[in-house]
Amino acid sequence: MKGLDKTEAARKLMDFFGNMDVIGVIHAVLVESSKYIIIILFAIYTWHCFSVFLGNHMERKEKIYRRQNKIMYTIHGICALVLFLNSLDWKILVLYALQLALLLFINKAYIYVYRNASKMVLNNMLMLLMIGFVMIGRISQDSVIRQMIFAAVIAVVGLFIPLIIERFERFDRYGYVYAVAGMALLGVVLVFGKTVYGAKNWIKIGSFAVQPSEFVKIIYVFFVAAFLARSTHWKDVVRTGALAGAHVLILVAEKDLGAALIYYVTFLAILYVASQNAIYLGLGLGAGSVAAVVAYFLFSHVQTRVTAWQNPWGTIDGAGFQVAQSLFAIGTGGWFGMGLGEGLPTKIPVADSDFIFAAISEELGAFFAICLILVEISCFVMFVNIALKMRRRFYKLTALGLAMEYIFQVFLTIGGVTKFIPSTGVTLPLVSYGGSSVISTTILFCIIQGMYVLNCREEESDERAQEPGGGERKVARRARKR
Amino acid sequence: MISRREQDRLRREEGRGNGQILILTYTMAAVFLCMAGYLTYFMVTKSQKIINNPYNKRQEVLAKKVRKGKVLSGDGKVLAETRTNRDGKDTRVYPYGKVFCHVVGRDSNSMTGIEREYCYPLLTSHLGPLGRLANTFRGEKSPGDQVVTTLDAGLQEAAYDALGSHRGAVVAMEPSTGKILAMVSKPAYDPNQVEENWEELVNASQEDSKLINRATQGLYPPGSTFKIMTAMEYMMENPETYGDFSYRCRGTDSFSGNRINCYGKERHGKLDLQSAFAKSCNGAFAKIGTKMDLARFRKLNEKFYFNRDLPVDFEYNKSKFSMDEDSDMGEITQTVMGQGKTMITPLENALIASTIANGGEMMSPYLVERLETESGRVVTQYEPKSKGRIVDEWVAAKMNKLMKTVVNQGTGSALASLPVQVAGKTGSAEFDSEGTSHAWFVGYAPADNPKIAVSIVVEGAGTGSQYAVPIAKKMFQKYLAR
Repeated sequence: MKGLDKTEAARKLMDFFGNMDVIGVIHAVLVESSKYIIIILFAIYTWHCFSVFLGNHMERKEKIYRRQNKIMYTIHGICALVLFLNSLDWKILVLYALQLALLLFINKAYIYVYRNASKMVLNNMLMLLMIGFVMIGRISQDSVIRQMIFAAVIAVVGLFIPLIIERFERFDRYGYVYAVAGMALLGVVLVFGKTVYGAKNWIKIGSFAVQPSEFVKIIYVFFVAAFLARSTHWKDVVRTGALAGAHVLILVAEKDLGAALIYYVTFLAILYVASQNAIYLGLGLGAGSVAAVVAYFLFSHVQTRVTAWQNPWGTIDGAGFQVAQSLFAIGTGGWFGMGLGEGLPTKIPVADSDFIFAAISEELGAFFAICLILVEISCFVMFVNIALKMRRRFYKLTALGLAMEYIFQVFLTIGGVTKFIPSTGVTLPLVSYGGSSVISTTILFCIIQGMYVLNCREEESDERAQEPGGGERKVARRARKR
Repeated sequence: MISRREQDRLRREEGRGNGQILILTYTMAAVFLCMAGYLTYFMVTKSQKIINNPYNKRQEVLAKKVRKGKVLSGDGKVLAETRTNRDGKDTRVYPYGKVFCHVVGRDSNSMTGIEREYCYPLLTSHLGPLGRLANTFRGEKSPGDQVVTTLDAGLQEAAYDALGSHRGAVVAMEPSTGKILAMVSKPAYDPNQVEENWEELVNASQEDSKLINRATQGLYPPGSTFKIMTAMEYMMENPETYGDFSYRCRGTDSFSGNRINCYGKERHGKLDLQSAFAKSCNGAFAKIGTKMDLARFRKLNEKFYFNRDLPVDFEYNKSKFSMDEDSDMGEITQTVMGQGKTMITPLENALIASTIANGGEMMSPYLVERLETESGRVVTQYEPKSKGRIVDEWVAAKMNKLMKTVVNQGTGSALASLPVQVAGKTGSAEFDSEGTSHAWFVGYAPADNPKIAVSIVVEGAGTGSQYAVPIAKKMFQKYLAR
């Protein structure tokens, strides 16, 4: 074989590159390959969410957490690079740097403040925030700046949550206060609220729009847990149920179906765990189903949602439009996605909020989206893990209630976007754009983690108290502080 | 110190509700796995079909990276392809011009036909990431997958030519699989010049419209071809005695005051079922109608997909059958001989003939054999789908005999000279008061081992024997010569 000499090879190379736009080629190659790299990295991350349970070595776990952390930052970096190469817009790099600083700050500060807290929960929280930043930023830079401000403020506030929990040790005493405050806030919305996308669930204060049901849902869990931690005598159950039902009815009156469902299911879950009585769960689900059927026949907006779910194609000009566009996005994106910045997520209504899952699936691929579903399960499992370890009943019920609220909301949004269930218009926590949503979810994460930290501290002090007993350690660890 | 019993009590207390928490966790995890499974199911089975919707605006996005693939005939001829000129501008070219304009469709001025139904597969490249990277590197678009149709280019051309300057339509199917071998509609337009001629094309009257695919959307009275349905019903209602049927034809007859004439008032004399069918005697069939179980006949027609959605994935109109138990004698006698209110598409008539040819088992008609990459690697293979046995084998066998007699002794005798035995039925469907008629022929060959079934309508031409049968002859000659 006759080889080329050096100059000839160089000339050939020059010819080859000469008639094309080098930046264009590098850019195209990077965009094309990046989507596969992102999917592989995210799949590894997801795998570690579950592989962490396979062994019990602390060192191994720590290693996994660190690796997940690195993956998160790598994906963030690749996404920013791709978006930058797509537009050569320097603002993207500035936003990236700010996001990176924010994520690093949360990462370090929370490890410091929330000692003993679950690093997996923290990792997942950062990952979800990061995915949200990337997707929202890709759709609208103004929105992502606002989202970052909300996240930064609440991240700082969140650092004080363990302190607050510690200070007000008897959180479980104020059941009525929570209930009354919650209903009052929701009531204010019912009277003065603003209607957005058919639901009257916004309050405008100056130039700020707030969604109070996002915040009430936290004290709502406090209220239900406080009542049921004390007693599950049927009279108390009826009383709690009546108050919880009032919350739900106000939400139904506001046409905020998603929130109403979340509140109701959360109540049932706490009641079931507190009473250990499956009959309550059965009755509750039965009553809920009857109520759903009644609501279907009473309210036209419920019927609209159901028809849009059954056949979005028949109503594609009206009610079915959102779901149809969402399915187009997911379907056209395919398993590997169109590539970040290469799709048409702006064609999906409310793509940065309620339908962000479709936008993610379109550009990053269905594989990525399925991994995201698994990461959400991992979040929930970690929450439940914490609830299982809680010693005080009130903490246990609160942790469980918050976990349930979280996962059920995720179920409603992803289920709605994929046409698994009728769409109810709720956000994907931490990922979707929306100040109220990101703030309340961060608080939710912080409270669960904070209670866990407190729980560990109480255990430790018990252990110390038991120290002279020596061999009793294991039993003492479980003994309740009197 | 706490007593051991006390410690046990505390331990139980602490774990109270954990069992219920676990149940809730498993339930939610199961729900999420179902949701992930549903998304997978959606991606695998539904997404390709769903995204092919005019409301999905992502074709242009895909077309930036992928050159729309070719549409090929079953024998490998190019029916549509995209050519890129020196400036990088893509043009869709149709080498056969008008011949395939309806079935393959057009790409511009709102897509139709296969171009529309398979738009997304044609714009999807299964080249694999590396090949695509290589193309990106060369600055070229990746070739989209190509659609290999079931169409036979030679047969299509023969049918197109045989129809001459008449308006009308031809459908040819392979009875054992449901493959559509030819689908012609006239008048036709040149899809290569659709933009230039658009004004003229859309402004034409319904009757002259070149844009309508008459083969699937044209609704015609079936004329005497419908006697196939009537004869089958009669045999099924009288399985023991249909051989004893006898009628003396005087060229005209009256049923409860409703006068029925034979074509040209020809006197057919003494007839049994076979000769009545072969000579297409209207009086004999009207007499059959007078004793018919109307509900049962309607059911039979609906089993053959009258008034129902056809099992096909291209555009069509539903054939209509409106006679029921309440119909009066006038409507009955007209309907059973193929006039009345019944309306049929050439496609539906082909489906009936094909089902009889296949021994009573209906195969879903389909147009696309497989999707493959440009280099011929199969991406998706479409298999024949059976819709089950519509009529018993003995009925189909008896029909076969009757339809052979039409060719050997009756109205289809022009086909008797072919080297293979043909089975069929002619029709002359009157559509206005002046007695002008559409010429019909449905049939298949070879009669005892059918390879091809045809359905031909020639608008306003005259009798089936004179205008439709010769087209069938040319098609059988062309297709069975090999």
